Amino acid sequence: MTNTSDNALWMSGNEAIALGAFEAGVKVASGYPGTPSTEIMENLSTYEGVYTEWAPNEKVGLEVAIGACFAGVRALATMKHVGVNVAADPLFTASYTGVCGGLVLVSADDPEMHSSQNEQDNRNYAFAAKLPMFEPSDPMEAKEMLKTAFELSEELDTPVMLRITTRVAHVKGVVSRGEKTVSHASCGISKVPSKLVMLPSIARKRREVVEERMAKCRELVETAAFNRVDAGDTKRGFITSGVSYLYVKEAFPEATVLKLGMCWPLPERMIRAFAAAVDELYIIEELDPFLETHIKAMGISCHGKDLIPTMGELNTAIVRQAIEPGSAKELFAPVELPPRPPNMCAGCPHRGIFFNLSRMKVFVSGDIGCYTLGFLPPLSAMDACVCMGASVPMAHGMAKALGADAHNKIVSVIGDSTFVHSGITGLINTVYNNSASTLIILDNRITAMTGQQQNPASGMTIKGEPAHALDIEALCRAVGVKHVYVINPHDVVETRRVLKEAVELTEASVVISRAPCVLLPEMKLRKPVSYFTNQDNCVGCMSCIRLGCPAISWTTFAEGEAERRGYKKTQKGISKIDEIVCNDCGQCASLCKFKAITRKEE
Amino acid sequence: MESTGNILFSGVGGQGILLASEITAYSLLQAGYDAKKSEVHGMAQRGGSVTAQLRYGKKVWSPLIEPGCADIQVAFEMMEAVRYITSLHKGSTVIVNTQRILPPAVATGQTAYPERILDQLTALGVRVVQVDAFDLACEVGEGRTANVVMVGALSVFLPVAASIYEEVIATRVPQRFREVNLKAFQAGRKAGTKEV
Repeated sequence: MTNTSDNALWMSGNEAIALGAFEAGVKVASGYPGTPSTEIMENLSTYEGVYTEWAPNEKVGLEVAIGACFAGVRALATMKHVGVNVAADPLFTASYTGVCGGLVLVSADDPEMHSSQNEQDNRNYAFAAKLPMFEPSDPMEAKEMLKTAFELSEELDTPVMLRITTRVAHVKGVVSRGEKTVSHASCGISKVPSKLVMLPSIARKRREVVEERMAKCRELVETAAFNRVDAGDTKRGFITSGVSYLYVKEAFPEATVLKLGMCWPLPERMIRAFAAAVDELYIIEELDPFLETHIKAMGISCHGKDLIPTMGELNTAIVRQAIEPGSAKELFAPVELPPRPPNMCAGCPHRGIFFNLSRMKVFVSGDIGCYTLGFLPPLSAMDACVCMGASVPMAHGMAKALGADAHNKIVSVIGDSTFVHSGITGLINTVYNNSASTLIILDNRITAMTGQQQNPASGMTIKGEPAHALDIEALCRAVGVKHVYVINPHDVVETRRVLKEAVELTEASVVISRAPCVLLPEMKLRKPVSYFTNQDNCVGCMSCIRLGCPAISWTTFAEGEAERRGYKKTQKGISKIDEIVCNDCGQCASLCKFKAITRKEE
Repeated sequence: MESTGNILFSGVGGQGILLASEITAYSLLQAGYDAKKSEVHGMAQRGGSVTAQLRYGKKVWSPLIEPGCADIQVAFEMMEAVRYITSLHKGSTVIVNTQRILPPAVATGQTAYPERILDQLTALGVRVVQVDAFDLACEVGEGRTANVVMVGALSVFLPVAASIYEEVIATRVPQRFREVNLKAFQAGRKAGTKEV
């Protein structure tokens, strides 16, 4: 966030939502990091007068926000699309209780799966949970709609969802400051069991309230300013929402467009009138035919997913080509290049674990985090990855399916933050239902993949203030794991010994691999010390190369070069460490048997 | 300017692409343009190939550059100048930092770094402007300002006065790095000017 003039700011969608939450007078905000949602809470934590926190998972985050709104303040929960699955249980029932202070849930969806395991379309949640949902197109709208969402939440006594996508969350645009608003509710305890205690008898009554509220909302959206028609040529009419609106405006600037600021509930009369006024109606939306299905259910015929892809992101060219085939530009042919996939950082503690796992004959049940990159070559040491926390129960399920002989063939791997998020219950199940698999907890003291967020095990709050740090060893013992090891993954050889011992046990075991993420500020502030290759001693065995560390590279000798440079005739090449990239972990040195890798002395 | 200008930044995670695209965006805004910038965070950042898309004009709708429509690409690494070739068109300008960062398959000796790779762009009618950004940055006293050298080289091709960039750098960069970044910008601008 930086001022470009007095009132015009240049902000990402996520920064704008944080500003919107501040302007809306949000008092309590909770969430779990997840791309592309993370920066909302990070930014909001810098504003005065707003309590913010990282919750251990999205369900807890939403429940915190529900509690805060019951106490009569405006509350916000933020998460990525798949996080809403975790929070779905409280979400569907909060729809029945309604709110006291306003309550908004931001769902940040990731079409194209830039940083996600699926591209589910969370507009379906609004329909399923019977909640109003806003869908902004750009950062400025995201801020304004969040504020409107709080007003509406209190007016209609309902939680409201704000759905953004990667191209709103991580797009920067011009945003202006607005007026501060306040909650219409008052902060305090008021006991209203007929609204807040969802026993069947009460829930049945609230179920009716949900229908009345949605009927009221359907009326309201017919005239609300956020649903609007851009006048234009009526030969083609487009109905669209979210970022797709921008692609339509750019591809067909002359056409008339019905822009829906809220994608649920739909303004049926408005849609009918628009459909009647145009020759041909097109519904332009990313992912599912959500608007299309509901518009077709009104008995309105239109084009939609017969032309527009159901997978991945849209862009201007895709929209134009779908409506006007043959309009696509002829492009230069792609050039084949060595790929440059993301990789674990130089000095990443996870590498020491995955290097060893790649050399053990085990099935690695993996999880969500930086360490999912352990899947990539040359380590290629992850065999399954489904969702947050799944590694532990999946390993247990495999162990039960395969029987006692498999006790030394299955390992699960999970990060510290993911373990706290939803790995603990899986471990309880493993012990309770007695399987012998080994769980490796990669404790790097932070939630790394999303950009260094604190968690209950890192000993700090979102604001960097000291907090209780969860004792992972004690927790594992408390749930009944008898064999708990703590290792330093940078000592590759000792790590191998411990892993082998743990895997051979016939009872459940946990190996805690503990070393801080190299991207932590305190790690970056260390005096730079690096390793270097004493190339005279290098025999070209490639042991260090197999780590796949970005600091280590291989040079293949040209014919006769080995002899010329005084190496054995058969030597194929030598390794080199880039001392600028090296992060001083020493994993390569612990593997080198020829004293070719030495720590540079301070 | 009626149509929308499209600038693609490409490089390797950690090269300072974010700051370079931010300085450029602020300068365009300061010069009175609307602008939108799109980038991807998370998984894509860990040492992989990264891009940022910056669009500017009177009114910018889409935050994404259409395939074949990038007018200028600023590549922070040689191979990353060619990876996004489908974004370019005949007459595009590619400003490339002639630095090589080895991708995993090259670093582990499985394949070689492609030779004379920029020729593929020139052969298609793309103008290639080569900048030794790292060397120029070292000459001004700080290798880490290579990204600002690239901003300087890019500035020659954009309708924004140098004084505006300098003002943006002066307000955006912490005081103790201000001087060296201004020098880096000027060195880049000089390198770019030679090519116009």
